[in-house]
Amino acid sequence: MNILLQKNYTEIPINKAEILRYAGCKNDCELPLVDECLSEVKDKLFYKICYRFFDVKFTENEIDLGFAKTNSESLRRNLDGCEKIILFSATIGIEIDRLIKKYNKISPSRALVFQAIGAERVESLCNSFNEEMSEEFLLKPRFSPGYGDLSLDIQKDIFNVLECPKNIGVTLNDSLLMSPSKSVTAIIGIQGRK
Amino acid sequence: MTIREYMKDNIVYLDGGLGTLLQAAGLKPGERPERWNITHKDEVVKIHCDYFDAGSNVVCANTFGANVLNFDEKELEEIIKNAIKNVRTAMKKSKSAQPKFVALDVSTIGRLLKPYGDFDFEDAISVFAKSVKLGEKYGADLIMIETMTDCYETKAAVIAAKENCDLPIFVSNAYGDDGKMMTGATPEVMISMLEGLGVDAIGVNCSLGPKALMPVVEKYLKCSSLPVLFKPNAGLPRVENGKTVFDVKAKSFATEVSRAVKKGVRLAGGCCGTTPEYICELVKKTNGILPKEIKQKNITWVSSYSHAVEFKNQPVLIGERINPTGKKRFKQALKENDIKYILNEGINQQEQGVHILDVNVGLPEIDEPTMLETCICELQTVTDLPLQIDTSDTTAMEKALRRYNGKAMVNSVNGKEESMRSVFPLVKKYGGVVVALTLDENGIPDTVQGRVEIAKKILAAAKEYGIDKKDIIFDTLAMTVSASDSAAMTTLGALKYIRNNLRCHTVLGVSNISFGLPNRDAVTSTFFALALENGLSGAIMNPYSYDMMKTYFAYRALRELDSSCLEYIDFASKIEVNSATVKVEKNNQNTYASDLQKAIIKGLKTEAAEITEKLLGEVDSLDIVNNEIIPALNIVGEGFEKKTVFLPQLLMSAESAGCAFEIIKSQMPGGENSDAKKCKFVIATVKGDIHDIGKNIVKLILENYGFDVIDLGKDVEPKTIADTIKKCGAPLLGLSALMTTTVPAMEETIKLVHKEIPDCKIVVGGAVLNKEYAEQIGADHYAADAMETVRYAEKITELV
Repeated sequence: MNILLQKNYTEIPINKAEILRYAGCKNDCELPLVDECLSEVKDKLFYKICYRFFDVKFTENEIDLGFAKTNSESLRRNLDGCEKIILFSATIGIEIDRLIKKYNKISPSRALVFQAIGAERVESLCNSFNEEMSEEFLLKPRFSPGYGDLSLDIQKDIFNVLECPKNIGVTLNDSLLMSPSKSVTAIIGIQGRK
Repeated sequence: MTIREYMKDNIVYLDGGLGTLLQAAGLKPGERPERWNITHKDEVVKIHCDYFDAGSNVVCANTFGANVLNFDEKELEEIIKNAIKNVRTAMKKSKSAQPKFVALDVSTIGRLLKPYGDFDFEDAISVFAKSVKLGEKYGADLIMIETMTDCYETKAAVIAAKENCDLPIFVSNAYGDDGKMMTGATPEVMISMLEGLGVDAIGVNCSLGPKALMPVVEKYLKCSSLPVLFKPNAGLPRVENGKTVFDVKAKSFATEVSRAVKKGVRLAGGCCGTTPEYICELVKKTNGILPKEIKQKNITWVSSYSHAVEFKNQPVLIGERINPTGKKRFKQALKENDIKYILNEGINQQEQGVHILDVNVGLPEIDEPTMLETCICELQTVTDLPLQIDTSDTTAMEKALRRYNGKAMVNSVNGKEESMRSVFPLVKKYGGVVVALTLDENGIPDTVQGRVEIAKKILAAAKEYGIDKKDIIFDTLAMTVSASDSAAMTTLGALKYIRNNLRCHTVLGVSNISFGLPNRDAVTSTFFALALENGLSGAIMNPYSYDMMKTYFAYRALRELDSSCLEYIDFASKIEVNSATVKVEKNNQNTYASDLQKAIIKGLKTEAAEITEKLLGEVDSLDIVNNEIIPALNIVGEGFEKKTVFLPQLLMSAESAGCAFEIIKSQMPGGENSDAKKCKFVIATVKGDIHDIGKNIVKLILENYGFDVIDLGKDVEPKTIADTIKKCGAPLLGLSALMTTTVPAMEETIKLVHKEIPDCKIVVGGAVLNKEYAEQIGADHYAADAMETVRYAEKITELV
């Protein structure tokens, strides 16, 4: 039976080079602003994930993901050889949006850096989750709605089965975008146990 | 018997989990459980009946997600009608004898509200209103608003319930293991806001097991004057041998929850993972426990969406600077709709250490209700401080109170019949702590007794409106001491009496006292100290006044309000550190053409502003712009183009230049400025797109280079863009799109503008675009970044 599971992380290691890259800087660029912003955001983020396992079945022109069906070719290639998937949603919460919104009004440079920090944080969160799952399973790279030809429409089905608003506070708007903005939904193919 | 009557003298048992039981009965993942009210009546009725048999008094109908966003109106009506009927059927079937009630279950609509999401607060109220009306129509006994994870959405649900039915309202929120709600609110925020809104019971449910939620429940019990409800999960779910198990079993669940009942919880049940067995055990375990009496806690609290500020022993500082009175630059900002200036006033005051921000935007020539509402909403996106809505216009007051996220402070009501008649109903409806001025139809009494009498009159009237005295804070009115020798002592006498004898909190706008005197800060800050000693709870004051802050920190140290004087020492030490850093920086200035250029190139905002201020005394403002600011910006801009300077650094320099410009602007006579001479540039993020960081970056850099940027914001209709260009005659339009899905909207905008204003050149940018794509959709130019936009705009304006 596939049940909804949750994980909370208290800390996720920071990858400063990634933050600089997202902010449009070269790796060796010295930017004290990044440290200032990191210290401002410290203690304001949380790291939440909710996830569920599903069986995946392939027919000639469709993939049955267990919670939705799709004819995405790129996903089919990604899930080649998998019988199960992990469907997850991850978020670092709304405080980063508050900071981005605030500084977007008064200091675009800070808004840009917080944007970069948020992108790095949620990606690093997904990486940590991936690593943890890969201790048990052989995994494919994670695949999100919007990658390749996988339409964003599948977000609705994902939100239905993961109950994101209730479980981790992530909501979906009419344009199928998520709030808090630094949130991710993705499918990870499981090739087998380790 | 109604639920209101029953809950007065009894512990009320609620039901337990429903979703997990429906799944066990065959509900598929992703399938809407609410449809089962119609398609699987028997299964639903059985679960309800089992809860009644277990001893539940209140069972929630299966309407968690029953709203118009998930179902069309016709289906919604059928669902709610059947859902309530199913509980009624279960009531009749159940063999147990306790009084039974049915609740309309209401929970999150699954959309985050503006400003962080895209769903409007009023629209959320409408969504909830439809469900509530149907709930009342089909015979619910109460409205149970539960598992709410956002403070603002909770407020929308409560307003909808209050406006559309007369049923009792129970409100329960979900907290994480950090003791906060998903969007950051603490229990204090919810308790203060919900008590203000006037609901019947409040509490906590879902997310965690009983033990983990206990600290939150204890906070509710300690602070709330309303009955507290508690509906925890059976712990957290995990998979064991391919089966879902919850880690808290029925017996230990009952033991934990019964502890909470002993401590004072009046309504108890369970959430995810709990079953009729859990409720049965709970009823057994709590058998014989008498409901604990609910005491009035008399806590005076104002709150924002993140925290509450309590009026108690610690003096509360209310920043007075968002107010146009006597401020030329602020008036100009209001007239020009320059929200950014107002927001900066808020942020700067917060940095000075105030606890609450007063917001007054009353000016005869502006639309105050709209402006106040805008400012309140905008301020809540840049500061988490609670706000004081300061207006004499009751339309503006109502709009702002309704929209405000949290429990606001309201300034003000007074002893006049007219004032109380118009202000008190608003406070009663939306909640709030209201400042009451001790004046009435006969003016301001010049005796202590006169002011105290008015205070008593106000308290009596408030009581009639159902407003508790904890929500009234008296202002005994600081009058100019230079006009009357006894002014200060009268104010202080009334203050002392009200605090000590009427046991109410007090505030004063302290600055008035020194009006007309030289060296005002000395008088104001001494008066502040005297007032504090006479029982002042909070001061509406100028936090930029060093004397005031000195008094504040020193008073706290002397009055045992600052343990080991730590905060005083911290305050005093910061000042030294600041002067030291300035000295160090001055040492290596020779690599830059001037101090101002260095400040701009290095992106040092405060320095840029300070140096500009100094220079203005010596040099003509136009020379500062041409010889200092522009060359500095050029150095940075060229560096960016050569990739030796990166985007964040370019922006920091632009912001520093912006600070220098702001200083120059504030010193121009009579608010005149040279905007009229600048070339206009309209900028917008296209319809459907809500990303505006890129657009704001381009705007900032363009402004630095002297363009008069008309920013239409994000998600803008093509017609609005075309109309604006027609009206202002701008030769340039910049459009931004970040998502592939909004490129068609960009194309549509380009077509319309080219058709209606053929002379206007359109430059586009954004993550999804490139040169070829831009040409395809008919743009005149594609700019990869902000500097490229500037260069293109310069080229076009040379031609114009």
